[in-house]
Amino acid sequence: MSIIEFLQTYGGLIASGTWVTIAQFLLASAVAIGVALVAGLGKLSGNWLIRGTAVTYIEIFRGTSLLVQLFWIFYVLPLFGLTFDKFTAGFVSVGLNVGAYGAEIVRGAIQAVPKGQWEAAYTLSMSPAKRMRRIILPQALVLMLPSWGNLLIELLKGTALVALISVTDLMFQTRQINASTFLSAQAFGTALVIYYILARFLITPFMRWLERVMARRLGRA
Amino acid sequence: MDLSNYPLELTGPDVPMVRFMNVTKRYGTLTVLDELNLDVAAGEMVSVIGPSGSGKTTVLRMLMTLETIDDGVIYVDGKPLTHMPKGNRLVRADAKHLRRARSSIGMCFQHFNLFPHMTALQNCMEGPVQVLGLSRREAQERSENLLEMVGMIDKKDQHPSRLSGGQQQRVAIARALAMRPKVMLFDEVTSALDPEVIGEVTAVIRKLVAEHQLTMLMVTHQMGFARDISDRICFFFKGRIEEQGAPDQFFGNPQRERTRQFLSAVKAAD
Repeated sequence: MSIIEFLQTYGGLIASGTWVTIAQFLLASAVAIGVALVAGLGKLSGNWLIRGTAVTYIEIFRGTSLLVQLFWIFYVLPLFGLTFDKFTAGFVSVGLNVGAYGAEIVRGAIQAVPKGQWEAAYTLSMSPAKRMRRIILPQALVLMLPSWGNLLIELLKGTALVALISVTDLMFQTRQINASTFLSAQAFGTALVIYYILARFLITPFMRWLERVMARRLGRA
Repeated sequence: MDLSNYPLELTGPDVPMVRFMNVTKRYGTLTVLDELNLDVAAGEMVSVIGPSGSGKTTVLRMLMTLETIDDGVIYVDGKPLTHMPKGNRLVRADAKHLRRARSSIGMCFQHFNLFPHMTALQNCMEGPVQVLGLSRREAQERSENLLEMVGMIDKKDQHPSRLSGGQQQRVAIARALAMRPKVMLFDEVTSALDPEVIGEVTAVIRKLVAEHQLTMLMVTHQMGFARDISDRICFFFKGRIEEQGAPDQFFGNPQRERTRQFLSAVKAAD
């Protein structure tokens, strides 16, 4: 079967899988960014309880396998009375895993803001919360963007694992097609190209654009 | 440390704007400032000079509460700055007291430290709006007046990255003044500047001295400038005030050997 015929026959399934992958990517990104911000700030907190919680989260999710985390959240947490549907379990797992790496990026960027900026905000008598929100974070955001670009591509590729709990994403559909037709080269070849296009022609240009916008806000463009 | 000998508040006819009382600062075993006693009167301009490592910048940073002190008490406008009254004695100030107390002090840094993500005007408005709670209109009016005063009104919508060092420092002065401080601190504000723009910053400080009743402390290496505008020169050496006096007397007839050595070394380098 030629690739044209293959796409004509299975294009619909692949497209629906791609949409699910994009949805998983967007939701997992939102989880990852939110959690990374909270945990990154938490790790810098003066309060040992907050700091301890953040460190524990980072250690667990960075130190163990994403696949095991996914199975834990989907298969084990229900035993403790916490049940997620597979779609939610999918993006939450991926988001929490990537968020642990993101937390270190956030922490690093905050600490990389020059000391003079903290001192200038201090001399204006700003409260610690305002200083963080209005002075430090906006500058840290610019510093952390390139690293986030990398991490979000990792995240996209990580979403392929949700197929293993039967979320009907691109990887899941591709495996189904392969199993029923044995057209392995066409099926996995198409998936490969689609993941590449998403990473290379959607995420990367978007992050570059964001970097340019942020640079302009600093009057550097 | 025993604080029972320190008054809860300074009273009487000649309460200084700033009083360092037996202030000691150590880094580990190194004593940076040793029982510093220094009064600065309201409206007085004091220049702090000395070799590097003499503790002069530390004096300013302690007054801004950027550094904690190990012994003694600093008073501003008669009220304790580094400490607060609790019952009938002083205890170490908490964050809230420090935030309130330091709002009467403004500081400018060697490297300006303007907020890069804000325009010159936004830099000046940030404190008044976010800390003093002024309306945006009031804050803008106040900031524009100050930018006018420092000669930066044309550049008010520029980000710091588009401004020269001298221009950034003038905006930084306006930003500090927008908080209406009683005391202004200048920490080597011309040291990072190219020689040809030093004049624009010193001109602003001259104007402040001439037109405003601000109390000012300035750490500087520019002896000529310090001599011109100061009411008093304080020469620091190894964490102590080695000699102090009115500029003409200090530069014209220094009493101490170390002062003479320092001044001739500075003159030779010029």
